[in-house]
Amino acid sequence: MRPWAEIAGGLGRGFFTLIGGLGRMGRFTQATLRSMLIEPWRGRTLRWGAAFEQMVLIGVASLPIVVTISFIVGLIIAMQSAYQLQRFGAVIFVADLVAVSVTRELAPLMTAILVAGRSGSAIAAEIGSMKVAEELDALNAMALHPIRFLVVPRTLAMMIVLPCLTVIADLLGIFGGLVLGVVSLDISWIAYFNQTADALLLKDFVSGLIKSFFFAVIIALVGAFEGFHVAGGAEGVGKATTTAVVRSIFLIILADMVFTALFYSTF
Amino acid sequence: MPVYDQRTITTFATRTMAQNPIIQIIDLHTRYGGKEILKGITLDLYANETFVILGRSGCGKSTLLRHLVGLETPTAGHILIKGVDMASAAEAERNRVLRKVGMLFQGAALFNSMTVAENVGLPLQEHTPLEPSTVKIMTRLKLDLVGLSGYDDFMPAQLSGGMKKRAALARALAMDPDILFCDEPSAGLDPIVAAGIDHLILKLHKAFKMTIVVVTHELASVFLIADRVALLHEGSVVFCGTLAELKRSEHPYVRQFLERRPDEQVPDSETYLKSLVG
Ligand SMILES: Nc1ncnc2c1ncn2[C@@H]1O[C@H](COP(=O)(O)OP(=O)(O)OP(=O)(O)O)[C@@H](O)[C@H]1O
Ligand SMILES: [Mg+2]
Repeated sequence: MRPWAEIAGGLGRGFFTLIGGLGRMGRFTQATLRSMLIEPWRGRTLRWGAAFEQMVLIGVASLPIVVTISFIVGLIIAMQSAYQLQRFGAVIFVADLVAVSVTRELAPLMTAILVAGRSGSAIAAEIGSMKVAEELDALNAMALHPIRFLVVPRTLAMMIVLPCLTVIADLLGIFGGLVLGVVSLDISWIAYFNQTADALLLKDFVSGLIKSFFFAVIIALVGAFEGFHVAGGAEGVGKATTTAVVRSIFLIILADMVFTALFYSTF
Repeated sequence: MPVYDQRTITTFATRTMAQNPIIQIIDLHTRYGGKEILKGITLDLYANETFVILGRSGCGKSTLLRHLVGLETPTAGHILIKGVDMASAAEAERNRVLRKVGMLFQGAALFNSMTVAENVGLPLQEHTPLEPSTVKIMTRLKLDLVGLSGYDDFMPAQLSGGMKKRAALARALAMDPDILFCDEPSAGLDPIVAAGIDHLILKLHKAFKMTIVVVTHELASVFLIADRVALLHEGSVVFCGTLAELKRSEHPYVRQFLERRPDEQVPDSETYLKSLVG
């Protein structure tokens, strides 16, 4: 009898924790969007200076890894496509497959995952240690709203930098495909380039950017949220950074599925 | 009984009772988890008085200050600053009050990613339309006031504990507040600097007519700076009155506190061992 009651109790508690967590996340998102979208119209300036600093931090931190990984992913996709297309003697279509899969899917997704690991965790760690050192309380006591002061600049920065990094990843991914095509598939670079230009539609490129814009919101908000809810010292900060990465990657993939379905059925 | 240096005490009653309290704490209750920390605190604080809160470690003094600036929501009761309920007022209303309130946290709570000058200048930069050059001058003035001139470009991590406290005090004073809350301003400071802080508090009180609420354990500084004193014990106010009343008080806990006597009950070893096994 006892174990069952405990299991049921555990499940019930888990359920309520989950609901409570979602509720808090919802309110947090609402507060951030409010500070970002509504308050500027009521005479409160956004802190663009701080946002710019964050853009530099996020961009500089993530650029090398994004460049390297997206080039390698371009190479990999080219090899995998060539493996299948060779059987039909249609290796030139490697260019189409690389261009479309990179711009529509892989560049936005890989970039978002890398930035979540690099900068989402940093946001959680930074805000979490501020929470532990009572710095968030100090902001509140000075009538400075921590969400407006800390979260909004980071979210704005992320919303600008992540799409930029995604464009870079698009180019490097396609370049990776081109290198493989030229080096091992005997396609001339002009032919590969023309094939890519024919295959790629503006909507492929744009749908990837739209995704990355929303991924940016997820990374910044989840990182900040976990930071704000740190409990218990340095150990809590460590936990929050890990949780931030895991949760934001999960939400990114979930959002990716929704957007892909949406784009698939509408354009 | 120790002899404290006598200070002429202006009759508090005639000076301030006539006016309305600037801070009202009304039957404040709060709990963390299942544990009740504050069990019905009622206090009225008046403009331009220096009010000292005493109480042993862990009795809820910092918790009380955190309620005063609206960082915690009480489980019951109200806190009114200039008539504004800090727990339930709209954010804009509360912020209007907080701009004229300075708070020195027990752990300083400096922004670790900013220099000392940026810390002190932040409220000015965010709340006033002052030019950066003016903010810089005002920051220097506040740092001079707490004896930290020349430390503008230091990071908080490069300061000693006492210097952090003073930098945080400079930040609390940045907006020239009407009300200043200090959580143990001189804990961990050497006697000379601690005396400097006491005199600074007296100066702020006299020259700027600030209402100052200080949490402290230093009895010497209590007798130097306080107009009135409240003693907290187990979540309640056991004494509230002027310094003269404090000295005359016959309340056993007040006497124990002032005479610095340790708790008396020494459990016999057998019950103690049993309590450990629990
Ligand atoms: N965030 C919290 N969660 C749970 N309990 C807390 C929390 N903050 C404080 N407490 C408890 O509240 C009580 C009062 O704490 P508080 O910090 O107000 O004490 P204090 O009077 O300022 O002590 P000190 O003189 O040592 O600074 C303590 O028993 C502490 O355990
Ligand atoms: Mg304390």
